[in-house]
Amino acid sequence: MASARTPLWRDIRVLRWGAQGLFVLILVLIANWFYTNLQINLARTGIRLGFDFLGSTAGFGIAEGPPFQPTDSYGRAFWVGVVNTLRVIGIGILLATVLGLVGGIARLSSNWLVRQIASVYIETIRNTPLVVQLFFWYTAVFLKLPRVAESIELPGGIYLSQRGLALPRPYPAESFTLWGIVLIVGAVCALGVYLWRRLSLARAQRVGSPGLWALGVFTTIAALGGGVLRPIAWEVPVLGTFNFEGGWQLSPEFAALLFGLVVYTGAFIAEVVRAGILSVPKGQTEAARALGLPPILVLRLVVLPQALRVIVPPLTSQYLNLAKNSSLAVAVGYPDLFNVANTIINQSGHALEMILLIMVSYLSISLMTSAFMNWYNRRVRLVER
Amino acid sequence: MRKISRWVRENLFSSWYNTLLTAASLWLLWVVFSGLFQWAVRDAVWSGGSAACQQARQLAQSEGRPWGACWAIIPANIKLLMAGTYPPGELWRLWVSVYLAALLLGASAGVWKGLLRETAIAIGAGAVVLALLPWSTAERLWIGGIALALFVPMAIFWKARLFRAIRWAVGVGWLLLPVIVLVLISGFSPWLPRVETTQWGGLMLTVILAVVGIVASFPLGVLLALGRQSELPLIRWFSILYIEVVRGVPLVTVIFMASLVLPLFLPGNLRIDQALRAMVAFTLFTAAYIAENVRGGLQAIPRGQIEAARALGLHGWLITLFIVLPQALRAVIPANVGQFISLFKDTSLVFVAALLDLFNMGRSILANPDWLGFDGEMLLFIAFVYFICTYSMAHLSHRLERILGVGER
Repeated sequence: MASARTPLWRDIRVLRWGAQGLFVLILVLIANWFYTNLQINLARTGIRLGFDFLGSTAGFGIAEGPPFQPTDSYGRAFWVGVVNTLRVIGIGILLATVLGLVGGIARLSSNWLVRQIASVYIETIRNTPLVVQLFFWYTAVFLKLPRVAESIELPGGIYLSQRGLALPRPYPAESFTLWGIVLIVGAVCALGVYLWRRLSLARAQRVGSPGLWALGVFTTIAALGGGVLRPIAWEVPVLGTFNFEGGWQLSPEFAALLFGLVVYTGAFIAEVVRAGILSVPKGQTEAARALGLPPILVLRLVVLPQALRVIVPPLTSQYLNLAKNSSLAVAVGYPDLFNVANTIINQSGHALEMILLIMVSYLSISLMTSAFMNWYNRRVRLVER
Repeated sequence: MRKISRWVRENLFSSWYNTLLTAASLWLLWVVFSGLFQWAVRDAVWSGGSAACQQARQLAQSEGRPWGACWAIIPANIKLLMAGTYPPGELWRLWVSVYLAALLLGASAGVWKGLLRETAIAIGAGAVVLALLPWSTAERLWIGGIALALFVPMAIFWKARLFRAIRWAVGVGWLLLPVIVLVLISGFSPWLPRVETTQWGGLMLTVILAVVGIVASFPLGVLLALGRQSELPLIRWFSILYIEVVRGVPLVTVIFMASLVLPLFLPGNLRIDQALRAMVAFTLFTAAYIAENVRGGLQAIPRGQIEAARALGLHGWLITLFIVLPQALRAVIPANVGQFISLFKDTSLVFVAALLDLFNMGRSILANPDWLGFDGEMLLFIAFVYFICTYSMAHLSHRLERILGVGER
C-alpha cells in the first residue's frame, strides 16, 4: 500500500498551529506598534509611567465617605472612592431587589389598576437612559427641595431639604450589652425549638416550616428584651444654625444616585421576577393545592424553588449592571471611584495608570459579585437525576 | 352597563385587600396627577422665550403660589437639540439624509410586506402628527414631506416588487445608505464644505453614534463569537479574555479610555477627533455583548445540522459560513435589536468625551443663564424623545421575535 503522506499544506495539525501562530504574530505586531507609539508620545510629553504618584499629596477634598484631608495621598483618595462605590452598590442592590420584587408581583396582580401603574413605571424607566434619570432626580428633584430652614419633615424624624436627607441614627445605649446576652439566650432557644419541630415533623412524616418557628421564637424574645431594656437609642437630627446636626446625613448627591440606581435597576428586576413567576406552569400550583398544601407552603415548596431557578441568572446580571452603572455618579458629582480617579487624572496627568486601576477595580467588583451569585445559583439550580 | 360593573367588580374590588389596593392606587394617582396637572398644564408657559418664563415664575413667586412648567424652553432650543451647532445654512443636508432613509424605507415597505410596511405607515403617520405642531411653514413642509417620501415609493414599488433586481437594488441601497449619509453630513471638498464633527450634536449625533456603533461592532462581534467557539486554544482564550474584560467594566470607563488614552497609543501625526474616539469606544464595547448574543444563537443550532453538512461533503469554514451563521444570526436578530436599544440609550454617556449629544446638549442649554432653573422641563422632554424611540424599537423587536418564531422551535 502506497502510504501517501498528507502534504504539509493540507495537514490539519500544521494548519492549526499555523493559524494560531499567525494570529499571535498579528497581535504581537499590533501591540508592538502601540508600544512604540506610546514610547514616542511619552517621550514627547515628558510623562513617566509608574505608580509612584499615588504616594504624593492629593491637594483636593472629598466631601463624603471615610475621613479624608487634602494633605492625604492620591492612593488614599482612590481608596475613599472605592469605599463610596461599595457603599452605593451594597445599599442599592438591597433596595433594588425589594423594589423589583414588589414591582414584579404588582405587574401580575389581579388588581387592574395596580397592574397598570406597575407597567407604566417599568416601561417608562426601562426606556429612558439612566444618566438622564439621575440628572433629573438630582437637579430637578433633590436640588429643588426647600432650603434647610424650611425642610420637609416626614414622620419618624426624617428631614428632606436641599442639603439631602437627614435620618435618625441608631446608637447602642448602656443596656446594649445586657440585650446582647438576651439575644444569645434567644438564639439558643430558637435552635432548640427548630430541632424539636424538625424532629417531630420528621416523626409525623409531614412538611412544615421549622425555620419560621425558630424565627418567631427569636423575634419574640428579642422584641421583649428590647421593649424592657431599650438597648438602642436614636440620635435625631436637629436643625442647627446652618445645617442639621447629629443624626445620619445623606448628601443630595448620594441620595439622587442611590434613588436613581434603585428605581432604574428595580424596573429591570421587576421584569426578571415576573418572567420567573410566569415560568412556573399553572399545573404545578394546582397540583400542589390538590395535594392539600396550604397556600404559603405552595409558594415556598413548589413555586419559589422553580421560579428562583429562572430568576437567579438574569438577576445576577442586573446586580452587575447596577455595580457598573454606579460609575455614573460622575454625572451628579458623588465622589465614587470613577469620579475621584477622574479628579486624580486631571491633577496628576497619569491617565494610563489610573484607567488601569479603575478597570481592575470594577473587574474585581464584578468578579466578586458574580462569584457569589454563581455560588447561590448552584444551590437553587435544578438537580438532574 | 352590567358588563362594566362586572368588570369593575372583578378587576378592582374582587376581595377586601384588592379594594384596599384600589383605594391606595387611586390616592397615589390623585396626588401625582393633580400636582402634575397644575405644573405641566394649567400654569405652564408654552411660548415666548426665556423672558416670558422668568416673568411667569417671578409673578407666581410674588403671589406665593406654585409656578408652572416652562415648555417654551423646547421650541426656543429645538434646533440645538436636534442638530447641535450644525451650520444653519447646511441643514438641508440633514433633511436630505432623512429623506434618503425615508425613501429607502418606503421602497422596502413596498417590496417586502408585513412588519416593514407597518413600520413605514407608523412613521409616516408620526410625521404627519409632528407636522401639526406649531413650526414655521418651511419646517412644517419638510416634516410633512417625510410621509410623502415614505408613501410614494411604497406605492410605486408595490407594483414592481416581483422583479428580483428591484429587491437587490433596495438591499444594496441599505448597505450604501450609512456611507452616503456620513459623506453628505461631513461634506467633501471641493463641492460640499466640510462640517467638523465638533459641530455635530443633538439627536443627530445620538443617532449617528448609535448606528455607527452597531454597524461597526456587528462583524467584530460575530468574529469574537466564532473565536470563542473555536477549537484553536489561543484564539479561544483571546476571545474569552476580551469578552469577559469588556463586559466586566462600565461603558464610561471604555469611553474615557478611548478619549484619553487612545491618542497615546497612536502616532502623533494621526489625529482622530472626539466623535471618532467615541465611535471606537462604542464599537469595542458593543462587540463583546453582540458576541455573547451570537454565541447564544450558535449554541441553539442542533448538532444534526453540522453533521448533515459534513455528510454532504462540506467542511470547515464552508459549514460555518453557509449552514451555521445564517441560522444563528437569524435567531439573534431580536437580541441584537435589544442591544441597539441599549446602545441608543448609552450614547448619553458621551459627556465623558465632551461631546454634545441630545442629553448633553440639553445640559449645556441648562447651563445658559437664560434658562437656569428649568431642568425638569428640559430633562422630561429629552426623556420623552428617548422613550418614543426606544419604546417603538422594543415593540418592533417584540413583533420581529414572534414573526421569526424564535424560542418556539
